[in-house]
Amino acid sequence: MNPSLSLVPIWTAILAIGVFLYVALDGFDLGVGMLYNFAPDRRARDLVMNSIAPIWDGNETWLILGSVGLLAAFPVAFAIIIPAVYFPILLMLLALIFRGLAFEFRYRDAEHRTFWDHGFAVGSALAAFAQGVVLGAFIQGFQVEGRQFVGGSFDCFTPFSIFTGIALMFGYALLGAGWLVIKTEGPLQDWARGLGRYCLIGVTLAVAVVSLWTPYVDANIAARWFSWPNIVFLAPVPLITVALVWYAWRSLNDQSEYAPFLAALGLFVMSYLGIAISLWPMIVPGHFTLDQAAASQSTQAFLLIGTLVLLPTILLYTAWSYWVFRGKVRADIGYH
Amino acid sequence: LATRGVPIVRLDPEHLSRLQFAWVVGWHILLPAFTVGLASFIAFLEGAYALTKRPVFLHLSQFWLKIFAVSFGMGVVTGIVMPFQFGTNWSRLSDAAGNIISPLLAYEGLTAFFLEATFLGVLLFGRKLVPPSMHFVAAVLVAVGTLSSSFWILATNSWMQTPAGYQVIDGRFFPKDWFEIVFSPSFPFRLAHTVSAFYVTTAFVVLGVGAYTVRRGQFVPEGRMMLRLALWFLAIFVPLQIVLGDMHGLNTLAHQPAKLAAMEGLWDGGNGVPASVIGWPDQTAERNIVEIAIPHVGSLYLTHSWNGAVKGLKDFPPDQRPPVVIVYFAFRIMVGVALLMLTVVVTGFVLMARGQLDQTRWYLRLCQITTCLGFIAVIAGWTTTEVGRQPWTVYGLMRTADSVSPSLTGPNVLLSLLLYIAVYLMIYPVGLTLMLRLVWRGPVPTDEAVPIGGGRPKSAIDALPAINPTASPNVETAT
Repeated sequence: MNPSLSLVPIWTAILAIGVFLYVALDGFDLGVGMLYNFAPDRRARDLVMNSIAPIWDGNETWLILGSVGLLAAFPVAFAIIIPAVYFPILLMLLALIFRGLAFEFRYRDAEHRTFWDHGFAVGSALAAFAQGVVLGAFIQGFQVEGRQFVGGSFDCFTPFSIFTGIALMFGYALLGAGWLVIKTEGPLQDWARGLGRYCLIGVTLAVAVVSLWTPYVDANIAARWFSWPNIVFLAPVPLITVALVWYAWRSLNDQSEYAPFLAALGLFVMSYLGIAISLWPMIVPGHFTLDQAAASQSTQAFLLIGTLVLLPTILLYTAWSYWVFRGKVRADIGYH
Repeated sequence: LATRGVPIVRLDPEHLSRLQFAWVVGWHILLPAFTVGLASFIAFLEGAYALTKRPVFLHLSQFWLKIFAVSFGMGVVTGIVMPFQFGTNWSRLSDAAGNIISPLLAYEGLTAFFLEATFLGVLLFGRKLVPPSMHFVAAVLVAVGTLSSSFWILATNSWMQTPAGYQVIDGRFFPKDWFEIVFSPSFPFRLAHTVSAFYVTTAFVVLGVGAYTVRRGQFVPEGRMMLRLALWFLAIFVPLQIVLGDMHGLNTLAHQPAKLAAMEGLWDGGNGVPASVIGWPDQTAERNIVEIAIPHVGSLYLTHSWNGAVKGLKDFPPDQRPPVVIVYFAFRIMVGVALLMLTVVVTGFVLMARGQLDQTRWYLRLCQITTCLGFIAVIAGWTTTEVGRQPWTVYGLMRTADSVSPSLTGPNVLLSLLLYIAVYLMIYPVGLTLMLRLVWRGPVPTDEAVPIGGGRPKSAIDALPAINPTASPNVETAT
């Protein structure tokens, strides 16, 4: 095969899209989970949960694709990053167990409904927090020797990563509030808008702090953003972010139904872009670039053939299922 | 115990990581063992209803769909744990074998998980939102998804058991021939034997639930239908499964002779080897204590020849032998369960032929007890194949000891293992109880055409009057 015909950019794009789809899709349903216990009464909670019941499983599947996709496209990055975030991953997996089971168990296990209600809300919150810690630890980098992580299993918990954990909780909650504005009406929608405003304040503070903190974590990142002429080319990133915050605030206060969710999504795109600009072209910051960590050409090609067919198919039928369950959430479509 | 060859628990990351993997996959495998078959059964019921319009099929489909929702949900959340284990605890294996096993795992996600997850949503929540034909298609696609998942995960496992189509460069595995990698020597046999095992497991559950339903005297048409469907199915699949098991065993003899020797408890290889019926293998003394063995029969069924040559454990260095006791007994449990299954099925057929099936209460009780047989066989079979391939993760090429993440300490893994133990010991009894409750309630017919009032649709436990009568119950009729 022609070595100049590298598949690495394609795989980088696929993985980036896959991880973003996970963050966007499971992001909003984890966010809905976090807001769930703030709902005014049980009927409201039923509707809140029903708004994601048919689709959460598909959303969470992007997590598997993200992790396995990382292993497939950049095996050494997977082998370094995942053991380095051993406990955040454990926390996330256990939290996802409780939250995933709550969908069924809170109906079937009526005596313990309160427990499963909390399992759903706390599980969603801890899963979001753990993912934020993983993100923070990833930005900070890992202690590597050769092709393996050699630091301690608790190294990933730093003030910075704890902060990114909290930041991601606010971010997902904002997405969740935006989703609930789309799916609900009347007083419940007003309730979602109200919570959305609190979340937006949290997100704005978090994005500002992380943006100022990240350059201190790594001098290379500071140089990337603040050196001339980069500072001019990259200035739109923070400027658009500020505009999006304003747009999100306005849409949460008027009658727009889709705008709060789209604005939240826009904020995620900008943050994602910001992190990508900071770290490019590293996949293990400080140690492996995307090219160095890439899987063998044959591995990439073998998986690409199927992915180019399957991924659009998945997107099509996922879109179809969202269309089936379109409109305001109804209470009477279940199978119980 | 150590002297008898039973691995003792030590506070080192490798042993604890192995225990953790065994714990999380052991519990997880119980769910696909049930849901792979159940998804196909539900698709069958939906199809049968579409063709015949007999209400019994609709009631059964609705009934099993509720049980499927609980078990599939548990399968999803325990399944997400699995791919992360490769990274958290087995990062050196991920680095060394990632170029080969990762596309197989990724294809599992792309062809199976999205299909299952998306169309399960339509199957559970969409009966009123999509046309009946589309609802049936959703049931079929969920079933196809479960089978595709089995295909890819067993292709991955089979490559690690009988690696092929690879080359080793600097201690890492690189692909040479993808067809050989996917269809590695043990794969066709493992796939057939495992999927058939999953189908048999589900059928024994259907048989047991059918027996209970008939014995209780409520929903008798549904119960009778379950009994008969399960018995006819098992009459084909239990004998088939025994034949497939034998073929898989012969494949193991060819490709993993040390595992096979451990299954047989065979220390001294040669011509005309005996068959060990029961005994206690002593790993240190390299012999079986108090053993009943039949001369020549081992060669007879392994090589289909009276004096056929079979390798014994002593033909392999001690550090390349699996823990014999576990493999030896796990194998015997699996075979014993298979014989018990055959007895249950034959008995049921005799009773059915005499027209006494629904009246023979002792047999119905027996079927209730044997509901769990498939699960025991699956766990025993899995233990046989996974402990039997030790001490290797990639058979003959990469040791388990060289696969574990270098950064982990014993206490790290102990902590995670204890948390997994605590959580699984909590959720599995709850899940089982909830499924048993659904069985006790029985296949209550629910009229899908009548919309249910406010709040989330009711379950029996939850069927109190409307949660909030003033809240507008959504009474628009389904279109």
